[in-house]
Amino acid sequence: MTKDNMIQVENLTKMFGDFTAVNNISFEVGKGEVFGFLGANGAGKTTAMKMLIGISEPSHGNATVAGYNVLTQAEQVKKNIGYMSQRFSLYNDLTIKENIVFFGGIYGLSSADIKEKSQAMINELGLHDMADSLVGSLPLGWKQKVAFSVALLHNPKIVFLDEPTGGVDPITRRQFWEMIYKQANRGVTIFVTTHYMDEAEYCDRVSIMVAGKIEALDTPKNLKHQFQVDSMNQVFLKLARNIE
Amino acid sequence: MSIILNNISKSYNKVKTVDDISFDVKPGELFGLIGPDGAGKTTLFRILTTLLIQDKGNATVAGYDVLKQYKDIRNHVGYMPGRFSLYQDLTVEENLNFFATIFGTTIAENYDLIKDIYVQLEPFKDRRAGKLSGGMKQKLALCCALIHKPKVLFLDEPTTGVDPVSRKEFWEMLKRLQQKDITILVSTPYMDEAELCDRIALITNGKILQINTPRAIIASFPKKIFKVRSSNTYKLIEDLRIYPDIHSAYPFGEYLHFTPKSEAFRPMDLTRYLEERQHRDIEVKETVATIEDTFMDLSKVNE
Amino acid sequence: MNRFIGFIKKEFYHILRDRRSLFILFGMPIVQVMLFGFAITNEINNVDIAILDHSKDVNTKEIINKIATSKYFSIKGFISHEDEIEPTFRKGKIKAVLNFEKDFSKNLVTQKKATVQILTDATDPNTANTISNYIGSILQNYQQELNQGLNLPYQIIPKTRMVFNPELKSVYMFVPGVMTIILMLVSAMMTSISITKEKELGTMEILLVSPLNPFQVIVGKVVPYILLSIINAVVIILLSIFVFKMPVQGSLFLLGAESTLFIINALSLGILISTIAATQQAAMMTSLMGLMLPVILLSGFIFPISSMPLPLQMISNIIPAKWFIIIIKGIMLKGVGLAYVWKETVILIGMTIFFIGLSVKKYKIRLE
Repeated sequence: MTKDNMIQVENLTKMFGDFTAVNNISFEVGKGEVFGFLGANGAGKTTAMKMLIGISEPSHGNATVAGYNVLTQAEQVKKNIGYMSQRFSLYNDLTIKENIVFFGGIYGLSSADIKEKSQAMINELGLHDMADSLVGSLPLGWKQKVAFSVALLHNPKIVFLDEPTGGVDPITRRQFWEMIYKQANRGVTIFVTTHYMDEAEYCDRVSIMVAGKIEALDTPKNLKHQFQVDSMNQVFLKLARNIE
Repeated sequence: MSIILNNISKSYNKVKTVDDISFDVKPGELFGLIGPDGAGKTTLFRILTTLLIQDKGNATVAGYDVLKQYKDIRNHVGYMPGRFSLYQDLTVEENLNFFATIFGTTIAENYDLIKDIYVQLEPFKDRRAGKLSGGMKQKLALCCALIHKPKVLFLDEPTTGVDPVSRKEFWEMLKRLQQKDITILVSTPYMDEAELCDRIALITNGKILQINTPRAIIASFPKKIFKVRSSNTYKLIEDLRIYPDIHSAYPFGEYLHFTPKSEAFRPMDLTRYLEERQHRDIEVKETVATIEDTFMDLSKVNE
Repeated sequence: MNRFIGFIKKEFYHILRDRRSLFILFGMPIVQVMLFGFAITNEINNVDIAILDHSKDVNTKEIINKIATSKYFSIKGFISHEDEIEPTFRKGKIKAVLNFEKDFSKNLVTQKKATVQILTDATDPNTANTISNYIGSILQNYQQELNQGLNLPYQIIPKTRMVFNPELKSVYMFVPGVMTIILMLVSAMMTSISITKEKELGTMEILLVSPLNPFQVIVGKVVPYILLSIINAVVIILLSIFVFKMPVQGSLFLLGAESTLFIINALSLGILISTIAATQQAAMMTSLMGLMLPVILLSGFIFPISSMPLPLQMISNIIPAKWFIIIIKGIMLKGVGLAYVWKETVILIGMTIFFIGLSVKKYKIRLE
């Protein structure tokens, strides 16, 4: 294990009764890396992610995130990561500002700090006109951009993004990825799931889960080379078909 | 015409979710409504399936007026709403049986129509719908929408949140259904699916940007388009943004799609510019536009 | 018709597969009735009583002795004047006072009858009732012993008087109340939840875009619950007969018919709620706050309507449960026929028609 590994997963397994949702997976993610975590519905992505963010206990194996053990130091893990999911990210019935204040408060930011950061965020996203409008009234793409910024409020070392761009329009989707690149460039590690295969190409490395196991893990370039195809979509299709 | 819309508008709280939309869908056509969340796709579907009343304009489905003859429409269309609306606590077979009976038919009567799809579900027919994977739920929902042999099939974002493998299979199923004289109106936020439709309407903010065959839409892209890559994608975006002769630059898979402002643009100039900025492994190649390029270009113009 | 049967079949699957609704449907009535059943146990033991004996003769001594030796009572004091009765009760320990009239024996011999007053503390009406029954039967026994071989029998007349709660709200009164609550809960809440569940799941959209007309959807939703509620009513009545030992005085048929009427009334309220509420949670809250509380507080189930302030009395008139409780109290406890409750029945029918009409009108054939 090198010092730079922000996520270190060893033989991680999760069983639900007889069913093995996550089957003995191992991988590591380096600092500042954009790591794409792909897989079909029901392949075990969400279960694996829940273990990494410390809200689900592994049945076997071990994982450290930001240097903390997910089993024994779950609280430390949670302090050092940001999390954003498609289903829940912000409160629709609070304004953008109120959401920022609320989430800042959760992570123990001082009110001066929150004020400064929310101003910076509003400037960066160009939200001056919308800062006091309810999040529920924003277009989805904007909501997701704000949610991503909120997930970064407490300067986490790693951000977990669970299908952050589902249903978002193409332009905003790309702006979102530019935000991701920017953070990765600053040294934040990005762990992201997506169903858009073009987004898989944006990642530094990609893992593909099939039926609880990681069946492929490499850079998009190498994967395409390995499967002798010219897009990640084809890699994905080939892999899932072969296994079945 | 199977579906006709004339100047349909609908507002919620003074926001126009559907703004003066008109188009026709021919019998047996696979027509795609392509646009992001909030573009007005669902509202349009609900108007056509008689669930909502438009503020303005008129529309017919299978020859019936959506307002006056809503009962006839309800007898002749199949509808699969955005979420797979199944009874989670009923088994696969019970769900299908239920939808068959409320449409006054039986599974046996229209089995040939759903056979292709249902054989994949049959091994799980005693499993509760709630316990199926996303792809399976999607297939079951499609079977349920087809069980009464509808003339027109409305599929609202049937592939959202479904993995690429299931998505591909789903589109193959739609292609086969089309052979059986069913008109299909389908919506999707995935631009790559657009090419699988006979004709598409690009829609955003309640307005239609363009309606045509996917090929014609791609051909209509007015500019030259180049794919660009280098070893550092983030830096590449930043440097392209400040390149003088830029119209747009967007990440597209492993490349960036770059459109120049001027006709006189030469790829060598860009390569040299990037070299000066310490990029390595630079590649600049002309490429063909995709639906997504067109969509972005059109919505940029529209703003 | 096939469509309809298919719909009802589906509805039963939902009900039978959801543990929560099964519990509310069948667990609750049994639990509630048993709860009341246990609270209203007929056994009493070592109840403290006091004696006020104005004659102090052979007969009264014998009676006191009999009572003292029974395991049910223990005599905890003798008082000598009526004025002491209330203070004795107020201390809270003594649950009953036996007041023998002056010249008890003499009256028994000369007039062939003598009176004893049984005063009970009716703050606990159930116990009070049981105590006076037990004392009554001890007196009866004693009277039989006295009368052995006599031509002209002696008569000991017990006169029961309740202190503090003279109306004696008997436990029996609770059965109609419990039944009303359960029928209301099952019928209104469960239907409104099951309809809003379809809205939440999105299946309502498909049902709307099907040839089923709204009326069929509603009736299909409601029929299973009518059947289940009737089963419930039967269970409650059976339990109250066997657990409460409560006799049903009037016609069982009339009771059944009135219960069905009330069930339909509650169901139409449930449908009405579901036309307003968008989510299961909202439907549940509305049912609980909008229906359960008024039923519990304003129907006369717990608090007598006559002692409410006038505005509340007036509000109680629009609560269907009030009329239903009057009807079933009449049938169950007093054994009256339709001739005595026709007015309430008509009111209930009127309300039902009104609610059905309103919910059909409010039911949307579209989404907005």
